Amino acid sequence: MYDVPTTERGVISNQVKFEAKNVQVFYGDTHAIKDVDVEIADKTVTAFIGPSGCGKSTFLRCLNRMNDTIDICRVEGKISLDGDDIYDKRVDPVQLRAKVGMVFQKPNPFPKSIYDNVAYGPRIHGLAKNKAELDDLVEKSLRRGAIWDEVKDRLDSPGTGLSGGQQQRLCIARAVATEPEVLLMDEPCSALDPIATSQVEELIDELRANFSVVIVTHSMQQAARVSQKTAFFHLGNLVEFGETSQIFTNPIDERTESYITGRIG
Amino acid sequence: MTDMPMEDAPVRGSLTQVDARTKKRNAAEKRFKAYGIGAILIGVAFLIVLAISIVRSGAPAFTHTVMDVEFTVTQEEFDAAEGELFKTKAYSNLFISKLAAQLEEKGLEIEIEEAAIERLLGKVGADIREFYRENPNALGTPQRFELSASSRVDGYFNGRVTRDTLVESRFLMLADLDLVDVLHEAGIIKGAFNWNFITGADSGVDNPGGAGIGASVIGSFFMMLVVLFLSLPIGVAASIYLEEFAPKNRFTDLIEVNISNLAAVPSIVFGILGLAVFIQFMHLPQSAPLVGGLVLTLMTLPTIIISTRASLRAVPPSIRDAALGVGASKMQAVFHHVLPLAMPGILTGTIIGLAQALGETAPLLLIGMVGFVARGYPEGVVAGFTDPNSAMPAQIYTWAARADASFYDKAWGGIIILLIFLLSMNILAIILRRRFERRW
Repeated sequence: MYDVPTTERGVISNQVKFEAKNVQVFYGDTHAIKDVDVEIADKTVTAFIGPSGCGKSTFLRCLNRMNDTIDICRVEGKISLDGDDIYDKRVDPVQLRAKVGMVFQKPNPFPKSIYDNVAYGPRIHGLAKNKAELDDLVEKSLRRGAIWDEVKDRLDSPGTGLSGGQQQRLCIARAVATEPEVLLMDEPCSALDPIATSQVEELIDELRANFSVVIVTHSMQQAARVSQKTAFFHLGNLVEFGETSQIFTNPIDERTESYITGRIG
Repeated sequence: MTDMPMEDAPVRGSLTQVDARTKKRNAAEKRFKAYGIGAILIGVAFLIVLAISIVRSGAPAFTHTVMDVEFTVTQEEFDAAEGELFKTKAYSNLFISKLAAQLEEKGLEIEIEEAAIERLLGKVGADIREFYRENPNALGTPQRFELSASSRVDGYFNGRVTRDTLVESRFLMLADLDLVDVLHEAGIIKGAFNWNFITGADSGVDNPGGAGIGASVIGSFFMMLVVLFLSLPIGVAASIYLEEFAPKNRFTDLIEVNISNLAAVPSIVFGILGLAVFIQFMHLPQSAPLVGGLVLTLMTLPTIIISTRASLRAVPPSIRDAALGVGASKMQAVFHHVLPLAMPGILTGTIIGLAQALGETAPLLLIGMVGFVARGYPEGVVAGFTDPNSAMPAQIYTWAARADASFYDKAWGGIIILLIFLLSMNILAIILRRRFERRW
């Protein structure tokens, strides 16, 4: 496992986007995330890896407060985005989610046309003044989602009629259409075949120029391929966090080494 | 890999031979299929018997016997009749003489008594006199009269009244049947489609022939309007709140259990509630479709809430996540994405609820819509809601409870009309579901 090719593109920016301090998450009585401290840099791909049930998805969903929809979920500690505490009472999760987009594990386009899928976010946030502007925004987003060429002739056909990989790229286009600053991806390739996966991975690398990307993945190769920073979670703890090349070649913690060499997980 | 010693593996026979265990399982499967087919056949048989008996018993309600005669009354005859002391009697005699002349023309001869004509057709003299007084221009030209025969004549033609079973009374004598036979032979008495049954209003207990279901269809219509415009918004709003917004705690659990219980409450309980609240406390008019609609709304709400919640729950959560993920508020996620997907289920539930309410009789008993004789249409829309009226099932119940056997036909006929409405509502539900159904 030490010969996994790590990305050669280094970290562009050291500006901190997300800063989590002493984060605890409880599901009822279950302590799902324990004492997590992490800093997520701007214009960087950060990968969360770890065995199933280690809390990496839970932590990801804390970053745009998607856990609010789960009644029994409770978050403690402090997570700040550009210095603002996102769990502050004054923060409206709707505004937060406009800034922090999300792509889910299973492609979940709305059962509407491809155009409407992408235009929905800009419409509810009032990002386009008129139809022409909205058309431009939809095209730009679909281009950013690397799917424009495949769908430009059938923008009116339903988004659910696309293939799995196309649907996921449509969902990415939909997420970037609201001009977020951070893009959260929860195992975006787990439902895709290798070809679609490589397309999405390429796309993630391109998105890094404009966004801070946080990706949860089960595949260590994928983490190594797309990310600059990697965080390893185990049993709700953040075991190790650092440069991807360092984590995969020279892990400090014994558990990280066991996991990436395939001895646990 | 396993801890099991491999040498104990069972020796299996040839694949071409069915072993005893498999035979048993196959037999069990065959038996189960047979039970299923049997159950379906029994159901279908009952349905067919029901349909046949309804159509057979109800069909007579849609036809009635009429005496179709054409004759001319001259100015002199009119003046002569108007000069008599008993004017209607004079017109009756005039009618009888015209009838006798027509029969003679066809070579049929029978003595026509005035009393017999009155038994068969009612006060025919008065009808004719009224016609000519209103249309004096018609004098001297042939006029065609279609006069409804009494319901006992209807009964004679559809076999309910026979010469053997006839009890002579002031309504029908045995000798009258001879006259009916002769007139039938002459083609003067014949069956005709009874439009009055579909469009007309209820008649009194002594006039089954004149009874129609039209007024109570209007009553049911106004009631359903009330039900639709109250129960759909209230039910859908309640379901959306409970399903999407309400916190899950003991209190909402209690509400949920109670809604399910309400769906099982006997409808007569809603009736007495309506009587107490809407009529005795709020002093709304008795027997009014408005009150009926309010009571049926209470009854329909649980049905609509349950079906709406089920269809909201059937929308995949990933759609909500997707909407929230692009920054939609919870309400936007629900109204833009979840509700449109749940719409076919909601509409189907609503229509089924309405159909249930349409056929409901028990609560109407208590608010005075049963037994009310609707003698005419309501005058205008407001009156449609507030004026006393009947409803279809209540009208059917009223007819079935009346002594005169002719109302029995009317009750069956009313059931046919009611079933036609129910069937068309169900078909509408299916069409809506097909049309709005989206797959994802």
